[in-house]
Amino acid sequence: MTDIAQALARIVGDAYVSNRPEEAYFYARDPGLMPSHPPDYVVVPKSVEEIQDIVRLAHQEKIPIVPMGAGLALTGLVIPLKGGIVMDMKRMNRILEVNEKGRYAVVEGGTSQGLLRSHLEKHFPRLRHSIPDSPATATIAANVMIHGQGRLTQQYGFNSDMICGLEVVLASGEVCRIGSPALSSDWFSKGAPMPDLSGLFLGWFGATGIITKIGVKLYPRKKMRDVEIFITDRQDLVPDMVYELTHTEMVEDINVFAQPKPMIFKDNHHITLFFTGDTEEELEFKRKMIWHSLDRFIKAKDGGFMGVPPVMKPTLLDMPQRSVSRFADVKKGGGFEYSGPIIMVDKYPDCAQKILELAEKYDLGYSGMARIIGRSHAMMYGFAFTFNRADEEMMERTRKALHEVSEFALETGGVFWKATVDEQKMAMDKMDPTTLGLMKMIKANMDPRGIMNPGNWEVDE
Amino acid sequence: MYSLKFDVDVCKNCPTGACLVNCQYLNADQETAVREMVNMAEGKDSFVLQECVTCYACEEYCKRGNHPFYLITEKREEKGILTAPRAITTQWINLCEPQGKYRLGEVKEKALSFGFMPEFLRWAKGKLFEDVMPSFIFGQEFFCNVVYIHFAETATFKKRLPGVIENFEKLGVQEVVFLHDECYGAFAHLAPAYGMEVPFKPIHYYEYLYNRLNELKDLIQPLNIRVAYQRPCSARLCADKHHFVADIMDLIGVELVQREYQDQNALCCGGIFSMCFGYDLAHEVQERNIEDMKTHQAQYCVFNCPACQNTLGSMVAKAGIKPIHMIHLCRMAIGEM
Ligand SMILES: Cc1cc2nc3c(=O)[nH]c(=O)nc-3n(C[C@H](O)[C@H](O)[C@H](O)COP(=O)(O)OP(=O)(O)OC[C@H]3O[C@@H](n4cnc5c(N)ncnc54)[C@H](O)[C@@H]3O)c2cc1C
Ligand code: SF4
Repeated sequence: MTDIAQALARIVGDAYVSNRPEEAYFYARDPGLMPSHPPDYVVVPKSVEEIQDIVRLAHQEKIPIVPMGAGLALTGLVIPLKGGIVMDMKRMNRILEVNEKGRYAVVEGGTSQGLLRSHLEKHFPRLRHSIPDSPATATIAANVMIHGQGRLTQQYGFNSDMICGLEVVLASGEVCRIGSPALSSDWFSKGAPMPDLSGLFLGWFGATGIITKIGVKLYPRKKMRDVEIFITDRQDLVPDMVYELTHTEMVEDINVFAQPKPMIFKDNHHITLFFTGDTEEELEFKRKMIWHSLDRFIKAKDGGFMGVPPVMKPTLLDMPQRSVSRFADVKKGGGFEYSGPIIMVDKYPDCAQKILELAEKYDLGYSGMARIIGRSHAMMYGFAFTFNRADEEMMERTRKALHEVSEFALETGGVFWKATVDEQKMAMDKMDPTTLGLMKMIKANMDPRGIMNPGNWEVDE
Repeated sequence: MYSLKFDVDVCKNCPTGACLVNCQYLNADQETAVREMVNMAEGKDSFVLQECVTCYACEEYCKRGNHPFYLITEKREEKGILTAPRAITTQWINLCEPQGKYRLGEVKEKALSFGFMPEFLRWAKGKLFEDVMPSFIFGQEFFCNVVYIHFAETATFKKRLPGVIENFEKLGVQEVVFLHDECYGAFAHLAPAYGMEVPFKPIHYYEYLYNRLNELKDLIQPLNIRVAYQRPCSARLCADKHHFVADIMDLIGVELVQREYQDQNALCCGGIFSMCFGYDLAHEVQERNIEDMKTHQAQYCVFNCPACQNTLGSMVAKAGIKPIHMIHLCRMAIGEM
């Protein structure tokens, strides 16, 4: 063992540090398309103090440090671009508090979506959080770090809008609290009514600090959930349809998808609508409002509600929706990546057109899927392509297609979500220079030795 | 191209106009009915083309051998009058397109056809079917394509049905028991109406079940339950087989409640209504229908068509009435369920 490895072992114990090639191989990559790069060390801490000690060591030795949840962001954000330490957060998985009446939970920085969900189901059946469709191992802190979206996003915004406080280890190794927990034992706000410092961390991909605790807002969990699918062949009308649906304020989540396979989905756009109720009456009332909001399109024969067979419902109502992960492996070989710009809903027709063009041009399997953010305030449009990881030529075609998506997204007024390093550069090139200057100042001050997930959000001289 | 056999002169001197007079969704007296049918047959406009909800019932009401519903469908298609949103029609056309994924059992001269209803792959078992199984046929290649008449889209079945008939022919089947009565209707009613020849004998599964139950009479334990029967749209294409419902119930000791919406007065399950027209019509009809079952104290609602059961099953269950398919009811009567 090297000196660094020994020093790390002293902090976390021998079992939780490695510089062996088999671990380095695994931690060098994610399931997406970015080239791999091995870490020098992998470390799996268990406590805030251990994290502080590791960061202090990294700071002192000027070693890069990359926090990692489940590594499922797919855009290379946990690949240690400059080597150094990958800090796997999975052992930091305790649920520290659930405040039922205040509707929040405080969890550690490596707690998975699945763990919180099952804890709530078991102990607090009237509470829920905004679950994304990533596999259940995905972590809450990482999802918020990349401004993820989940089942409650149409109602309450990005998952990062639904947090109520952070505890963060800074690049110096100091630990600090953000929001109400900075001065209170109660976690109810990430900033307001004080200056909101959460923005110094959220969206930075770990390049400014490591989240060790996070307050997650919880919401009422109704006893029943149901789903309907409205289908249309008029992509140009999808924004109007979404506008009407969001106006009802009756829908839990709105996802729109279009894909050529299986045949039942060919040639149409599918607006999947989830809604909830505590009683049959509530559920039926919402269903009625939702259906009626689209009457004018039905009358004009521009769209209709398909009959969702009872056998299909459990798949659709699943949280996370496992069919998304199954799609990830349609080409076998387990390759899946999507570029998902955050973009205005009125750009849906352009996005739908673009994915079709690219799938044809590069001969790729595709699925276009949008999740509505807020009451039609924006959407995440996922240009998803599947590929076989053993087929380098197919991977190259996918890379090219995704690059075109990035260019298209910027031209169309979109902003990259969980941007790859290349996309980060593209975004910074286009960004208002004063804003960029501000980002540079923040990064320089918060990470003066450039050790925090280096390569990400690095402002060029 | 196949064309519909429809004789406008038969309508011209029709004393009843039964097709539209009996219609549960449109308002017409005898004079209006005859006038509108003649108008449509002569290519003129009619309110019927705008308002018909595609319940198929007029095919049963007309006792003079004409095909009022097929005519309405033809004329709508000619004039480009859509019943369903385009996306719904497209979805069904795509879904049922042959893709080489059909499934065959050990097909003999007599076979069961499951059409393109995967439920039957699970349901057709036990003593009732053992003298034909495992001779079965399933898949898009054997799907009757009748559903498109709901969508005023005869082009699809005109294109596909002859191929389907050919596929059956290639299997060398002589008798086919159709477990979905829409398929039976396709070969016994629609194909002849369009002059398509059917080179095998179609058998309605109710007739088959009735005969099998008679053979298995010793096993029957009267069920002593009260049931409401949900008659599907497709039953209008094989009205001569409808008596088997009562015959089977008699045989297995089931009381068929004499409710308002049965036999000729049956109401649609609402599945097609909601896809084509949205919330109100479908729900109004469904509520009326279920209320009628409740009023007559039905304990079970017996379905003929799995699609109706998908649409209405959970709703009747919420009203305290158990949904059950006819096959399961019969299996229950011989102690298999
Ligand atoms: C099939 C599939 C479906 C998906 N569906 C969705 C979806 O519906 N909604 C959605 O939002 N996403 C979705 N995703 C994307 C992604 O998986 C999720 O956003 C997931 O929550 C990311 O969490 P993770 O733990 O895997 O993050 P990682 O990939 O491990 O990390 C993401 C970023 O956060 C940083 N990070 C990790 N932990 C910390 C920490 N404690 N402190 C500071 N920085 C940290 C990492 O360095 C990295 O930059 C999907 C992915 C897949 C494969
Ligand atoms: S279709 Fe039949 S019932 Fe209707 S008018 Fe013609 S003959 Fe009479």
